[in-house]
This record gives sequence, C-alpha cells and structure tokens, in this order.
Amino acid sequence: MQIHRDQIVAWLKAYANLLSEKKEYLTELDAAIGDADHGANMDRGFQAVMKKMDELSNQDIGTIFKTVGMTLLSTVGGAGGPLYATFFLQAGMKATGKMELSLAEWSAALEAAVNGVKMRGKAELGDKTMIDALVPAVQALKTAQENGTSLSEALQQCAHAAEEGMKATIPLVARKGRASYLGERSAGHQDPGATSSYYLLQTAADVWSA
Amino acid sequence: MKKLINNPENVVREELEGIAIAHPDLVKVHFEPNYIVRADAPIKGKVGIISGGGSGHEPMHGGFVGMGMLDAACPGAVFTSPTPDQMLEATKAVDGGAGVLHIVKNYTGDVMNFEMAADLARAEGIEVESVVIDDDVAVQDSLYTAGRRGVGSTVLAEKLCGAAAEEGRSLKEVADVCRKVKNWGRSMGMALTSCTVPHVGKPTFDLPEDEMEIGIGIHGEPGRTRMKVKPADEIVEMLMEPIINDIPYKAGDEVLLFVNGMGGTPLIELYIVYRKAYEIATKHGLKVVRNLVGPYITSLEMAGTSITMLKMDEDMLKLWDAPVKTPALRWGV
Repeated sequence: MQIHRDQIVAWLKAYANLLSEKKEYLTELDAAIGDADHGANMDRGFQAVMKKMDELSNQDIGTIFKTVGMTLLSTVGGAGGPLYATFFLQAGMKATGKMELSLAEWSAALEAAVNGVKMRGKAELGDKTMIDALVPAVQALKTAQENGTSLSEALQQCAHAAEEGMKATIPLVARKGRASYLGERSAGHQDPGATSSYYLLQTAADVWSA
Repeated sequence: MKKLINNPENVVREELEGIAIAHPDLVKVHFEPNYIVRADAPIKGKVGIISGGGSGHEPMHGGFVGMGMLDAACPGAVFTSPTPDQMLEATKAVDGGAGVLHIVKNYTGDVMNFEMAADLARAEGIEVESVVIDDDVAVQDSLYTAGRRGVGSTVLAEKLCGAAAEEGRSLKEVADVCRKVKNWGRSMGMALTSCTVPHVGKPTFDLPEDEMEIGIGIHGEPGRTRMKVKPADEIVEMLMEPIINDIPYKAGDEVLLFVNGMGGTPLIELYIVYRKAYEIATKHGLKVVRNLVGPYITSLEMAGTSITMLKMDEDMLKLWDAPVKTPALRWGV
C-alpha cells in the first residue's frame, strides 16, 4: 500500500474544508489562552493553498509540500504560519521527486516535519503546544510501521496518539507562546495549535484509509 | 464596536493608503507584500534597519520610517505578526550593501517570522543581524514563559540605531547599539480599559469600569495584578519600582525617561504621569537627561500608559540628539 500524490492533494483539500468548518472553534480555543486568531489565520492560509492546487496537477509530492509550506509562510502570520510552513517544507525535503510514499517514507517525512517544528518553535513535550500532539503521533506511527502494521491501521494509531496528546494539553500550564503569559491561568484549556495538528493527522488517516 | 473604519477586513490596507498619500516626501508604501520604506531607499553604503510587527501599535513602526530611524517597517494584520515574505522584500529594498539590521520585539510569532526572513535573506547573500528587544519587567517568570515582551525600548532602539546607521557605522556597530538598549532599557505598563481588535469586534478582555490592570502587554496580555483604580501618583509608583529594582541603576546614572500613551489616554494625563515618574527617578539619584512623552507604541484605543527607562551613555546621548525626520518623530532638521 502506498500513498499516491492524488491522495496527498485529497488530504490537503479535506483539511482545508475541515479548517473552514472548525474556524470558529479554533478561534474560541485561542481566545481563552491566546489572541483569538488561530482559526482565522489557518483558514486564510489553507484557502490560499487551495488556490495553488490547480497549478500543481501532476507535480510530485515534494513540490506539493514545498508549495504548501511557502504559501502558508506568506499568508498565515502569527506563530502558526512559520511552524506549519516549516512542517511542510521539511516533509517536502523527504519527498522530493516522489509520486507516491510508502508507509516508511511517510513516517520519515512526518518525523522530519515534526523535528523541524521543534527546532523552529524551540518547544518541548509538555509546553502546551502543537508539539504535544505531534511528537506522540510520530512515535506511534514509527512503532506501527516497525511492527509491520497495515497502512490504514498505522495511520489510525498515529491520529489516535495525536488526539490523546491534544487532550493531554488541557491541564498543562503553557510555557511557550502568548499563552505562557497567563501562567497558571492557562491550565484547564485545550491548546489550539495541538488541536489543529490533531485535525491534520486525523484527516490523513480518514482520507488515506478510505 | 464603534470605530472610524469602513470594513474590518480593509483596516490595514486603507491605513497604508493614507500613509502613502500623507507622507510621499518621506516614505513609499509597497503592497503585497506590505511594507513601508524610506522614499530614498536603498542608501548606498548605509546599514539598513527594518522592524515590524502586528498593526494596532501606531505610530510604531511605520511612523518611524525615515531619515535617522527605520529604513522600512513591515505591518502585519492587527496584533498579528507580519510574514517572512514581507520582511524579505523589505530587507532587499533597503540593502545598500552594508547589511541589514532586524529589530524584533520578543513575541513568539514575530521572532519566528523574522528568523525565517533572516535565513531567506542570507540565502540571497544579504548580511543580516537580528536583535530581539525584551524589556517588559511585568513578565516575572521569564524562564517559564516565552520570555519578557518587547515594548517601549523598541522605539528608543529604533531612534538610536537609526542615528548610528546614518553616521555610517558598520552592521556590527549598529547592532551593538541595539544590544545596549536591550540590556539597559526596562519598561512596565498598565491599562485602564481594554481595546477592540476590528475583526474580532468585541473587547480583548473585560475590565470593569472601576478596575485597572497593572503590568499589561501591548496586545492586552494579562498583567501582574488587577485592582481598583488608584490616583495617578500611586499607579506611577507601582510601575516605577519594578523598573528601578530590576537592574541595578546606580545613583548618578543618566537616564532617558519615556512616558508612553496606550492610545486612549490624553497628553494631559501623560504629563501627570511624567511629573511623578521624574520625581521617583530623581529620588533614587537618577539623572533624567532626556525624555519622550506621548503615544508612540500603542494598543489601539486602550487607555493606559507604559513607562520606559533607558540608561544612557555619552554615545547614546549623541545618537538621541542626532537629526530625525519621520512621520511621527522629527527634530534637528
């Protein structure tokens, strides 16, 4: 089983649609502990990505990812822009010239993407950021892949780990980003960045398993 | 929400259009990507200086573009960091061959976007130095947060670095001036009211009529404490003590005292604040040798003030007094 470039495009479209749908919810999460712009910023960025999709027909996965990264970089702003841009730019470097990815290749791309986000944002596990959803997801995907799990099962395990990581941000006190200025007052709220990251991986599992 | 706007979506664009028409002798406005640049940029052999950040803090940064201060400013959406493509294009537009200094306020988004822009500019062969200003003493646990926020010292850094660049100093020397301001400047602010981001439509936080927030940031980040409103003199004491205690200013030190308005507080009140801040500084043996009073780094229509104190040396005094000609700050010309 492979992930074909058309499925990559389908994933990005499904994620853009989900962001439009969840825009208000993400902004509400951000209003509680940040500056109430995560939903609007992500939606603006992925709407811009959608406009680029037509010119990408027949391009390889590396080119698709790099285009997504550069588009997000110039349209999202805030902290989410460079972080999600870095995610796709790093993933793109692992997919250069490829029209499809094996599970092992996707796992390596996701790991590179998440390492890029860690470097850019300098956040660690437990800081109440998107890293809390992404790092457990990478680990789950690697373990599943090494155990010879099927593609669709491995993707579900990856998304599940992201979901658990997202929920685990609720009691945490933020140590990075604007939420950190709230100190103890940031506890009791789910992190918006971890939430949009979980959506990204859940969408991948749903679209690529179908 | 009651604002003098047409459509929340167009606030930044229409503001930039206004600036372009109002100050064609000083600046040019570039759209998509958005940046404000000196009309005579790039200046051959001069270090370029750019800054940027979310809109809503006017006149910072666009009002400080001009001779003796910034070469370009990148405005983001209201309270949202600008993007690296703006910063890269602005960097290229002001590069006169002597390198470009990025003056960055310490907010997660600003820092990351400027880092990426600096990487992109270096990849195109432009020498870039970045200095992150983090002077807000209200943030106490800076080890467990994104660190102290960049506030009032940014304005002073832009003036001093602009003068240093105008003198023909090297990129490293101009960045050294910026690092000195970063190390020697401290600020703290307070709010009497909240503010409303146009596309949000309701106040960023709730602050009852009879309460104030001490230690607030410029985007309405929570401060140290919330309490009943007190007379101005007591408020000024609450702002000045943490500033003076934060770094060991010594009796006899010369300082610049900057009383800033948050956007909704009139000058009549800012001078009442200045009067008391001067008295407290003097009581601690500090010599207030320069000052700045007015709304220079604002938070939309928020009522409130912030106080910045910067230790000065001979070189900084000379740079402060040097001519400057920008839409918002102008002397000696």
